[in-house]
Amino acid sequence: MSSREKTWWWIGGLLIVVYCLFPIAWIVSLSFKAPSDIANGQFLPSQFTWRNYSDIFTGTASDLFLPALRNSFGICLIATAISCILAMFAAYAIARLDFPGKTLILSTALGVAIFPVISIVTPLFNVWRQIGLYDTWLGLIIPYLSLTLPISIWTMSAFFREIPWEMEQAAQVDGATTWQAFRKVIVPLAAPGVFTTAIIAFFIAWNDFVYGISLTSTSASRPVPAALGLFSGASQFEDPTTVTAAAAVVVTIPVVVLVLLFQRRIVAGLTNGAVKG
Amino acid sequence: MASIEMRNIVKKYGDGFPAVNDVSLDIADGEFMILVGPSGCGKSTLLRMIVGLEDITSGDMIIGGKRVNDLAPRDRNLSMVFQNYALYPHMTVYENIAFPLRLSKTPDDEVRRRVTEASDVLELKEHLERKPANLSGGQRQRVAMGRAIVRQAEAFLFDEPLSNLDAKLRGQMRTEISRLQRRLGITTVYVTHDQTEAMTLGDRVCVLRKGLIQQVASPRELYEQPVNLFVAGFIGSPPMNFLPATVEGDRLQTPFGPIVLDERRAAAVRGRELLLVGIRPEYFEDASLVDDAKRPLGSLFRARVDVTEWLGDSQYAYIPYEAPEAITNQLRELSRELDSEELRTQAIVSIDATSRIREGREAEFWLDSRKVHVFDPHSGDNLTRDAEAGARLTQMATEDRVEQVQDAQASGQTVGGAHRAGAA
Repeated sequence: MSSREKTWWWIGGLLIVVYCLFPIAWIVSLSFKAPSDIANGQFLPSQFTWRNYSDIFTGTASDLFLPALRNSFGICLIATAISCILAMFAAYAIARLDFPGKTLILSTALGVAIFPVISIVTPLFNVWRQIGLYDTWLGLIIPYLSLTLPISIWTMSAFFREIPWEMEQAAQVDGATTWQAFRKVIVPLAAPGVFTTAIIAFFIAWNDFVYGISLTSTSASRPVPAALGLFSGASQFEDPTTVTAAAAVVVTIPVVVLVLLFQRRIVAGLTNGAVKG
Repeated sequence: MASIEMRNIVKKYGDGFPAVNDVSLDIADGEFMILVGPSGCGKSTLLRMIVGLEDITSGDMIIGGKRVNDLAPRDRNLSMVFQNYALYPHMTVYENIAFPLRLSKTPDDEVRRRVTEASDVLELKEHLERKPANLSGGQRQRVAMGRAIVRQAEAFLFDEPLSNLDAKLRGQMRTEISRLQRRLGITTVYVTHDQTEAMTLGDRVCVLRKGLIQQVASPRELYEQPVNLFVAGFIGSPPMNFLPATVEGDRLQTPFGPIVLDERRAAAVRGRELLLVGIRPEYFEDASLVDDAKRPLGSLFRARVDVTEWLGDSQYAYIPYEAPEAITNQLRELSRELDSEELRTQAIVSIDATSRIREGREAEFWLDSRKVHVFDPHSGDNLTRDAEAGARLTQMATEDRVEQVQDAQASGQTVGGAHRAGAA
């Protein structure tokens, strides 16, 4: 690559990064502005303030925000764990076994993923109220499974297909039962795939707004995205934008931390060295 | 250690195509058996049926006197080296080798002792803590073998273990496997499509074609007394030359002049019309370099040389010849079946490396007629096969093997023996 080409690549890349990160930078900047400072006509706050952050953690908004944060973490982690375990078995079966209805399962999963959330939320709202799941953790975990399972099954079966069959056969010849071969050979090899899937599933659940706002009514189960929408200013004349921005920054952090933590695991290539010479 | 017996084994896939068709084969305890054939002949399927990774449609698989048709792979106590090694990439070399022992819940110090022993045999000692990804092809191959020898399996199964290595390494590993097998004296079944491996490693070689056994014999018998055109064409490199021939009394008329047959062979071909005569490249020689003593044992002919290949220690000359169309088509069919693409009818002859025969010129060749075979072009059967001589060759090989195994056991070299002592 000539130095000229290189410069263009740099400029192009920089443009994309700016385009993607500008809204985030804006939110960060907003979260440091005082409510009266929003319309100051410039990107940076006239005066940096931690007020918004103290509001959401200890101040007026904390009643709304802290339980919501707890709910979001709990509900999303449980939903992710369940969907990963279920998807792992499903994907293994899909990748390894030949059984009638295999394509049916895959296409149903895809169909569920495509089905618009907004169209089922109203009936679900009624059903949940009838059977007492409304405004409970379980009442959110179940719909979150319907969001995360299809994509988990699809990504994981793609990963499982990558693992050489012979690996498992070798384990069986070495004296392993099917279960031992799965646990000692397939699962460790599938770990990057499982981690990737888990992260995707977690994001999907973490980002959900429609279910969160419709199926909850109190801080008993309201997740963060719904809570953010309910922030109000300190008085009715005060705009809640800056507080919301601060909360948005806070909820972005777990996502970033997750990616950084598991980045190494997400990068596949663990099967290197298994085969060939 | 155990013998493996197969009784009328059939494998049919979903479409009803028999990948393995009525195969019966006895593999003696401690024997090195090669399954060889062109791709799609069913050799790998057969091996996978022995180890239990493939269901048997019908027939009996008997290992060590026990019918194992319905046993899972783990209950058959066989060890297998896969074509692509199938090492566990998340485990160190040590854990890879120890894996079968860990599964059988062997105590730690026993595991350490056996893995150390196996890694000594395979010279893997300094790599035990590394991951398979950081090893070279040959080292990975040895790890796969280590995993196979670490436990006391009834038999070793190899599925084209050397096909992923480069030529030089392949040669080294070949001798390594041979030595190891002799030393452990363990029953071994080895699948390959490479006939050099088949010839050098096997006590006996089983040649398969389209799921059917063609011939089971020692490499020497296969080479010198092949049972049909297919075996004759498959064994030997460069391959046997097949020339069209017509019978005239006790001699065969060929494109390279008449070949005189001895009494026995002349009787076998009497009364037939068009035949194929099979001549190995080394039965030819540059006429000017043949001893006077040998000269009367063959015939002389002149032919134009198309191409010569000088390889330093040997030299090959390619001599085109004319053949009737029916024969040409049949030879083409045969070469296709043998995974080669022979487009022209030409004989490959091996001549002395010092020969000065040159391309494009006519030259005089000598043909040793003592060992030529005559085949029926339609059935492919070898009409001049001397079954007794063949059986004698295989008998000799068997005696050699028994002697070698006894020697190995007497000198107490066998790792298996040490294992048994340790386990007791």
